[in-house]
Amino acid sequence: MFDGYTGSELMAIFAMQGFAGLILFSVLVLMALGLAIIFGQMGVINMAHGEFMILGAYVTYLTSLFFETYLPGLSSIYFFVAIVLAFIAAASLGAFVEWALIRRLYKRPLDTLLATWGLSLILQQTYRSVFGAREKGVSLPDWMMGSIPVTDMVEIPINGIIVMVLTLLITLSVYFIMQRSQWGAKVRAVVQNRPMAAAVGINTSIVDRMTFALGCGIAGIAGSAFTMIGSTGPTSGQLYIVDTFMVVVFGGAANLMGTIASAFTISQAQTILEFFMSGSIAKVLTLGMIVVILMLRPQGLFTLKIRR
Amino acid sequence: MKSSTTSNIPTWRRALLVSAAAFAVAQAGLTQAAPEEFATSVVNTTGLAVTDDTVTVGILHSITGTMAISETGSTQAEKLAIKQINESGGVLGRQIEYIQEDGASDWPTFAEKSRKLLVKDKVAAVMGCWTSASRKAALPVFEQYNGMLFYPTFYEGLEQSPNVVYTGQEATQQIIASIDWVVKTKGVKTFYLLGSDYIWPRTSMKIARKHIAKLGLKVVGEEYYPLGHTQFNSVINKVKLKKPDIIFAAVVGGSNVAFYKQVKAAGIDWRKEKPLMLTISVTEDEVLGIGGENLVGAYSSMKYFQSLTNGNNESFVKAFKEMWGEDSVIGDVTQAAYLGPWIWKYAVEKAGSFDIDKLKEVLPGIEVTTAPEGYVKVHENQHLWSKARIGLAREDGQFDVVFESEELIEPNPFPKGYQ
Repeated sequence: MFDGYTGSELMAIFAMQGFAGLILFSVLVLMALGLAIIFGQMGVINMAHGEFMILGAYVTYLTSLFFETYLPGLSSIYFFVAIVLAFIAAASLGAFVEWALIRRLYKRPLDTLLATWGLSLILQQTYRSVFGAREKGVSLPDWMMGSIPVTDMVEIPINGIIVMVLTLLITLSVYFIMQRSQWGAKVRAVVQNRPMAAAVGINTSIVDRMTFALGCGIAGIAGSAFTMIGSTGPTSGQLYIVDTFMVVVFGGAANLMGTIASAFTISQAQTILEFFMSGSIAKVLTLGMIVVILMLRPQGLFTLKIRR
Repeated sequence: MKSSTTSNIPTWRRALLVSAAAFAVAQAGLTQAAPEEFATSVVNTTGLAVTDDTVTVGILHSITGTMAISETGSTQAEKLAIKQINESGGVLGRQIEYIQEDGASDWPTFAEKSRKLLVKDKVAAVMGCWTSASRKAALPVFEQYNGMLFYPTFYEGLEQSPNVVYTGQEATQQIIASIDWVVKTKGVKTFYLLGSDYIWPRTSMKIARKHIAKLGLKVVGEEYYPLGHTQFNSVINKVKLKKPDIIFAAVVGGSNVAFYKQVKAAGIDWRKEKPLMLTISVTEDEVLGIGGENLVGAYSSMKYFQSLTNGNNESFVKAFKEMWGEDSVIGDVTQAAYLGPWIWKYAVEKAGSFDIDKLKEVLPGIEVTTAPEGYVKVHENQHLWSKARIGLAREDGQFDVVFESEELIEPNPFPKGYQ
């Protein structure tokens, strides 16, 4: 398939393709981080993850409207405000949902699956009633939608860079929160041995609520970032949920490193395959590969040995 | 009054009821009363929901679920048409009432609700369905109970049921003229075909590919992505490598939005000479989600654009906005949905009857001279003769019409040599 192309053209395309792989990697990590925290640390399968993402996207939409109307001078930087607001909104909703729903179901993990699925339907219809069934066009500042031309053929999309930087920042913060902060130590203590953690004076129900809120908040940030590359509608969250679960399950549910490694493997496999064959076949092969690996290693790529 | 028409009532009693009804109407002195020859017993011999002054139709679209985004416009247009028909005197002197059901974006639900509308409500016609999948699910019900469905969406063809009137374009109407146009006026020689992975894009691309081969031109790439796919960087790279003159696209739903945003971010500008973009899946409705600034310069092939400047369309747009708000946009399918109730009205009046079998006889040749898209006529295959048009996307989300076929294009749902 490379007949008739010059060496420099091919080099350029491989560079671009490598970059496409990195963007997909960042997107997958960003999608999956929130879910991995909730699933990995709490054992709750949050089927409404996509809807928390879309909440972030709608918050971004509302923020853009607000800036256009009241602060048109600052509209080129509204996006950063929107990300913060998206986090706050999604995290608050997460905390509320944990209080109202999830905490009653910790003893019945499979029921959380059903409950959060119901929640996702409720949220979808709520978005539809509030914002209308049609997709919203979130207008982004011009500087975010362009690209940086490196050579004739190599053009680096700016929104890709923003997603990558954002992913890096959030992954690092999550790492520090979980591994270096006192609160992270509490979370890990609760995961490893709940009665013991409670016995030493950790308020486990507050830890649970905060963990769930953090996971949802990160989903909100992801949704906010995805207004750059995807659609904002009541059911847009459904577009991401399958990939998100794929990353988390493949990576091994209990480990953030696993999530990252799994996102990297999936994104590279998919990007390379997509280049050589059509999109549908690439997807089939990627999923097939995951199925085979999970058959050989049902626990996923990485696992954490903990005492139950 | 409905019961007066069911067949198990003795004839003498029915006659009595009818004359009583006629007397009541005469008493009321209604100016729009049904004339003697359109007495209910005459115009409705099959027990449909027709009384002396009303007739009931069904509206069946998704109000909830994924498809609500697309079907909302159709519902609104159908209600507008019904309202206008009622204001102009109704159908055979009867005011139209409608029963609205929700298909809920779930294909079996469409079949179930169709059955409810036809069997329980005995509606005289149904305006509804949007995706081909929902139509395929409802079709056996319409054929079994002999109902009449007015289907608004442009679709892949390969179907022709006497119980359906297809008011949108079938694939050849949408594709062939537009490819001819880009080849002739833009000197396009190489094509890249790109679609979502299901029956409509695949059938459309098959027709496009055959037609491109017929013209002696070249397809340099053809790709399908799963519905809901959101990452298009790889295909954008492939397009950059293969350098086609034009991309011919049928990407739908959320993928559509992701695709155009990522293309823009990758530095491709449709306003430049190459590559051009010709899409068959973007109407004014979709632009709302994509954002006009991400689509500007692309060509869209549709039979209707909101910006059409004929008297019919101007009053249609005005009425639509009065009813549904100043911000409403009207896409191709919305306009096609608006035609449904009108075609039904003209057919009923020509037949002098609501009976489905009589409608089928008169449907071919029914004309709508007040159609927003101009003039349309029903073909023997119950699709519409209509013009092909190409719009150039503007930044504000509307289209400038740059091409309009001179003649009405014949619908050909089973194109020979294209399958």
